[in-house]
Amino acid sequence: MKRDYSLLGEDARRAVQSGLAAAEWYHSDVPRKEMKAFMAREDQPAIRDTIILFGAMATLAALGVALWPSLWSAPFWLAYGVLYGSAMDSRWHECGHGTAFRTAWMNNAVYQIASFCMVRNPVTWRWSHARHHTDTIIVGRDPEIVAMRPPALFRIVLNLFGILDAWNGWARMLLNASGRLDPEEASFIPESEHPKVIRVARIWVAIYAATLAVAVWTGSILPLMLIGLPRLYGAWHHVLTGVLQHAGLADNVVDHRLNSRTVHMNPISRFIYWNMNYHVEHHMFPMVPYHRLPALHDRIKDDLPAPNPSMWHAYREVLPVLRRQLAHEDYFLRRELPATARPYREDFHAAAAGNAA
Amino acid sequence: MTDWIDACGAEDVDAEDVIRFDHGGRTYAIYRSPEDDYFCTDGLCTHEQVHLADGLVMDHLIECPKHNGQFDYRTGEAMRAPVCVNLRTYPAKVEGGRVLIGVAS
Repeated sequence: MKRDYSLLGEDARRAVQSGLAAAEWYHSDVPRKEMKAFMAREDQPAIRDTIILFGAMATLAALGVALWPSLWSAPFWLAYGVLYGSAMDSRWHECGHGTAFRTAWMNNAVYQIASFCMVRNPVTWRWSHARHHTDTIIVGRDPEIVAMRPPALFRIVLNLFGILDAWNGWARMLLNASGRLDPEEASFIPESEHPKVIRVARIWVAIYAATLAVAVWTGSILPLMLIGLPRLYGAWHHVLTGVLQHAGLADNVVDHRLNSRTVHMNPISRFIYWNMNYHVEHHMFPMVPYHRLPALHDRIKDDLPAPNPSMWHAYREVLPVLRRQLAHEDYFLRRELPATARPYREDFHAAAAGNAA
Repeated sequence: MTDWIDACGAEDVDAEDVIRFDHGGRTYAIYRSPEDDYFCTDGLCTHEQVHLADGLVMDHLIECPKHNGQFDYRTGEAMRAPVCVNLRTYPAKVEGGRVLIGVAS
């Protein structure tokens, strides 16, 4: 069947009508006392990681500037770019949830900086991501589906260099700065929040205008190497890890074990990605901070499909599925559960498929 | 006129925690603050009708388990997006080791 990913389209209407939208989702059974310990907040891990992150960015940028325009500066820019264009994606995500730090202003400060780096309006995307958690990979409801069906592979390749996402972000920033919202974003952002969307966009336009002015005044793209361009040349890591979150798995289900993927990753990628490789766990229990997701994984792994042991393994699983979905878009990967797990909740999946037939 | 409903034992709620209480077709959330004061609000988040009793109590805030919106459970005030609409509160008191909540009759 042909899927309509528009938030205002036929699949959106059908999801609401069938009860698939805003449904009750499956959760692994964890007693309240244990879950409270998993959810508990603290500042220390995120303060440590933020000092490392911003310290590394400042050092790498300083070396890049010092060696500019020699080719010797390239490795420093590439590393700076990944921290700007990819690590900021996970900081945006975790601080948007408000789980990274216990202290609210710390979450908000890092969220604002990360949103700017990723060119995602912090007001708009808070609402967009809330919808992603309410209706994860529900066609027509989830505004953050990366690998659609048939998969938009060319779009994903372009986004390895930030080309579509960043350009769309900048275009949206200019639209918002002019005092308007796109009709789709207006569908999930309450009207009371619209002025905040516009105010942030106007501040960002002023920052970019100042950066461009310095670049023109100095006759160098160096200011843009620091602000703006890293969103393009450093985006590859967050796309590489992000595609694995849901690609090739089920859509229109109410069980995150069917539509999300946990992948074991190397420590550097986990620092950049802030443990979002534990993605089934994150979706099932979004209140658990990133630094407790490995422990949560250990606690509930007997109720989950086996995680992929590496990114390489995960891509070897995903790519053939995406290739097959090019011709057969209803095809998806249904992973086996261990014998200890409770069975999948497939009621809505069957109902959605029945409605579509 | 307020009816005082026996909701739970005072020790049924841990300090800095919340439990769910259903009565008369409605669901409520009963909180015990770090100072051992008791409070009561509607049990469902005003954003997307999720049970707040599955959420996290931090000091005087309750955080919704689905989207991390926050309310001050003492006043019901919405403190953090995506919640925008305040939560309805009800009076609560402890008598004889039981938590009573005041519901308009």
